[in-house]
Amino acid sequence: MAALINIPAKAKRGDIIEIRTLTSHIMETGFRHTMDGTLVPRDIITSFTCRYNGTEIFRADLFPAIAANPYLSFFTVAKESGKFEFEWIGDNGYSSTASASITVE
Amino acid sequence: MLNGAIRNVAGEAPIRTGKVKLDIPPLVENGNTVPMTVSVASPMTANDYVKSIHVFNEKNPQPNIGNFYLSPSSGRAQISTRIRLADTQKVVAIARLSDDSFWQVVADIVVTLAACTEELN
Repeated sequence: MAALINIPAKAKRGDIIEIRTLTSHIMETGFRHTMDGTLVPRDIITSFTCRYNGTEIFRADLFPAIAANPYLSFFTVAKESGKFEFEWIGDNGYSSTASASITVE
Repeated sequence: MLNGAIRNVAGEAPIRTGKVKLDIPPLVENGNTVPMTVSVASPMTANDYVKSIHVFNEKNPQPNIGNFYLSPSSGRAQISTRIRLADTQKVVAIARLSDDSFWQVVADIVVTLAACTEELN
């Protein structure tokens, strides 16, 4: 599904860079009812992982208290050129991935 | 409920106040999307870093908001996201450091439009 990834295209070795991610997801809490009293079942992203050239550098467990279209920002040290891979996993077998490249000089 | 969720993370370890900073608006008009940044004063070296950051709320239907796992390669112990708040309440951010000490900060937030539990039309 649609994800927005924001990382610098280039960095100096050793720089601390910010990684910002946004993905589209309803994040239905499982606590809401329809007008006729039926509970709307939970449908959320429960886990986010970021790997940098295959090594996990950041992971998050998400709960219904995370707003719809989850936004996450975090930092990492730019060590080498390569690829960041992002993975979102959720209820009802939801899975989504994205990637971004960086050049480290 | 809040204390139980915190003890699930910290066990019986003492939780000290300090080191953690929670940037969140004190007055929120719409609880459906509240920007939040947690940062921890840490050198983020191999011997002294933040292992994880845990954020909790007092009055939503569930006390957990998010768990965020860092490493020395994070460089800076700071995360941002957007959260839901169902009521005027406390938000607690707890950091677990590499020496397994726990540090916290508590923020009081006034919410005028609640999230999470409203009826659908």
